[in-house]
Amino acid sequence: MKRLLSAVRIALRALKVNKVRSSLTMLGIVIGVAAVIATVAVGSGATQRVQQQIASIGSNLVMIIPGSLTSSGLHMGTGNAITLSETDARELMAQCPEISVAAPVVRGGAQVVYGDSNWGTIIMGTTPAYLTIRDLFVSKGAGFSDRDVDSANKVAVLGQTVVDNLFGSVDPIGKSIRIKHVPFTVVGVLERKGQSPTGQDQDDNILMPISTAKRKVIGSRSANGDAVNSILVQATNMSQIETAQDEARALLRQRHHLQPAEDDDFSIRNMQEVFAAQETSSRVMSLMLAAVASVSLIVGGIGIMNIMLVSVRERTREIGLRQAVGAKTRDILTQFLVEAITLSIAGGAVGIVVGITASAIVSRLANWQTVIGVGSVLLAVLFSALVGVAFGYYPARKAAYLDPIEALRYE
Amino acid sequence: MPSLIDVQHLGKSYNLGETTVHALRDVSLQIERGSFVAVMGPSGSGKSTFVNLLGCLDRPTSGRYLLDGFPVEDLDRDQLAEIRNRKVGFIFQNFSLLARTSALENVELPLLYADHDVPDAEERARNALASVGLAGRELSQPSQLSGGQQQRVAIARALVNNPEILLADEPTGQLDSRTSDEIMKIFQELNRVRGITIILITHSDEIAAYANHIIRFRDGQVVSNEPVVHPAYAGAQMRFVPSAVKVLQ
Repeated sequence: MKRLLSAVRIALRALKVNKVRSSLTMLGIVIGVAAVIATVAVGSGATQRVQQQIASIGSNLVMIIPGSLTSSGLHMGTGNAITLSETDARELMAQCPEISVAAPVVRGGAQVVYGDSNWGTIIMGTTPAYLTIRDLFVSKGAGFSDRDVDSANKVAVLGQTVVDNLFGSVDPIGKSIRIKHVPFTVVGVLERKGQSPTGQDQDDNILMPISTAKRKVIGSRSANGDAVNSILVQATNMSQIETAQDEARALLRQRHHLQPAEDDDFSIRNMQEVFAAQETSSRVMSLMLAAVASVSLIVGGIGIMNIMLVSVRERTREIGLRQAVGAKTRDILTQFLVEAITLSIAGGAVGIVVGITASAIVSRLANWQTVIGVGSVLLAVLFSALVGVAFGYYPARKAAYLDPIEALRYE
Repeated sequence: MPSLIDVQHLGKSYNLGETTVHALRDVSLQIERGSFVAVMGPSGSGKSTFVNLLGCLDRPTSGRYLLDGFPVEDLDRDQLAEIRNRKVGFIFQNFSLLARTSALENVELPLLYADHDVPDAEERARNALASVGLAGRELSQPSQLSGGQQQRVAIARALVNNPEILLADEPTGQLDSRTSDEIMKIFQELNRVRGITIILITHSDEIAAYANHIIRFRDGQVVSNEPVVHPAYAGAQMRFVPSAVKVLQ
C-alpha cells in the first residue's frame, strides 16, 4: 500500500515537473472522452425522443384500417374500401381475450365556428374508449360518455390547437360552437399532445360521439350506416401485441366471410413497427458517432504512449538509480503505469466535464434533447483508465527491464 | 566465518557481434568484513565491471561470487535488487540524486523499496543525514546544496538501510581537494567506527592512500593486491591496520 502511495506521489511529481507536456498529453484524452460523452448524450437524446413520440401515439396501440378496394383488377390504395364496421369493433372487444378495448373511428374535415372566429379541423367520431387507447387525457371539463354515444348528443371535446384558434383566452367549456351549421356544446378540452413522429399536430382535432358525427357532420359513407374509417385496438399489454393482432385478424376474416385463399380486406398496423425502424436508425447513428469518438480516445492513448516513452528515456538515469537502491521490476513498472493512468484518468475527468458542458450547449443552441447517462460517464472513466494501462504498459515495461548498469551510465 | 566477499575465477564478457570483449578474466580474491579497499586501474581495466559485479548490479558470465557465504551469481533481477537493497549502498561520482526532491526524500528512497514497510523511515533518514553532518538540511533540494553536501546526501542514502558494503565509484571525482578530504574522512569514520566495508574506485593515489588495501586492475585482471602499510588519516595519527584482503594465489 505504501509502495503504491509512494508510486502515486512519484508519478504526480513527475507530471507536475512537466506541466505543459502533461496537459498537452491529457488534452488528447480530454477531447476523446468529451467527444464520446457528448455524442452518446446527443444519440440517446434522439433515441429517447423517438421513444417519447411512440408513447405519445398511445401504448399497445394496434390500428385496423380497411383494405384496398379492388374493382375489375384495379387495386386502389389501402383504406379506400368500406369493410369495417362498428359491430366489428364491438366484437373485437367482446371476443378477443388479448384485446382490452377497441374504438371505431370515423373522421372527416369540417369548418368550425365560434362567434366570429372559424377554424378548419378534423372531426373524429368515436367512443370514449378512444381516449384510453390513445393515452389522451381531458385537461378541462370532461370527455363524452357512452350515453352521449347512445343518444347521439351534440357534445364536443376540443384539441388545444382548436381551442387556441377559436377561443384564445376564453374558457371554452359550456360554450356553443357550430360545426357544419350544427350547434355543439364544448364539454372538454384535451391535454396538449404535441407533434406526432410524422410531424402532424395531434392537437388539431375535435372528438365527438361516433353516432353524432355520422348523423350531423360526416355522414354515413355507405348505405351501411355501421361503416367506420378505422378501428383502434389496445392490446392487454405490450408483449401481447402480436397475439392481439392475430386474434383480430382471425375474427375479422371470419366476420367478413373470407375464404382461406382470399386476401384480407383490411390491414392491421402496429405503431411500434413503424417507429422501431426509426429508433433503430437513431441508435445506429449514435453508435457510429460514439465509434468515431472512441477513435479519438485511441489517438489520445497513443499520445500518452509517446510521452511516456520520452519520459522513460529522459529518466533513464533515475530508473538506474532506483534499481541500484533496490527497486524491483514491479516497482518501476508500477511507477510508470501509475503515471500513465494518472494522466489518462485526469484527462478523463476533465473530459467528462467538457463533454457534459458541450452537450448542454448543444441542447440549448440546437434545441436537441441530450441525455447524459451514468453509464456513459462510467464507461468514459473506465475506458480512459484502460487507455492509460494499455498505452502505458509498453513504456513502463521498457523502463522496468532496463539494465541497471546501462541505465546508470546513460547520458 | 566466511569472508564477506569471496570471488572465484570471476569472469565477465560482452558479446559485441563478432568480437567478444573480456571485461574481466578469472579474478579470484577475498575481501574481509571491515576492509577499506581502493580499486585502481586505467580506464577499461575492468575495475568498474568488478565493482558492479560486487554490487549485484550485474551477473558474471563465469566463476563464483559468494556474498557473505551466499552464492549470488545465479539470482534473477528481482533477487539481485533485494540484495542491493539490503546489503549494498552505492555512491556515484555524479551523486545521482533525484532532482526537485528534498534531501530527506532522497535518503528515504531505498526504504521505499524495502521488502517490508519501514514505519520509521523518516526518522531513519533524518538520522542518516545527521550522521553525515547534514542535520537541518533535510528539506533542501539538490540544486540548493554544494557538491560536497550532495555527495554527503548520497552517502546518507547509501547508509540508510544499514548496508554491509559501501560501493563508491569515484566519489570525489567531481569535488575539489578540500571537499574530497571531507568526504574521505566520512568514509574512513564509517569504516573504522561502524565497521562498514568500503570498496572505492579511484584514479587518484591521494584518495587511495586513505584505504587500507589497494587492488590494481589491468586488462580485466588483478595485477596487484596489496595492503597499505600506513593509510592516510585525516587529522589524526597514522596507524598500522593489518590487511584484511588476501590474494588467493
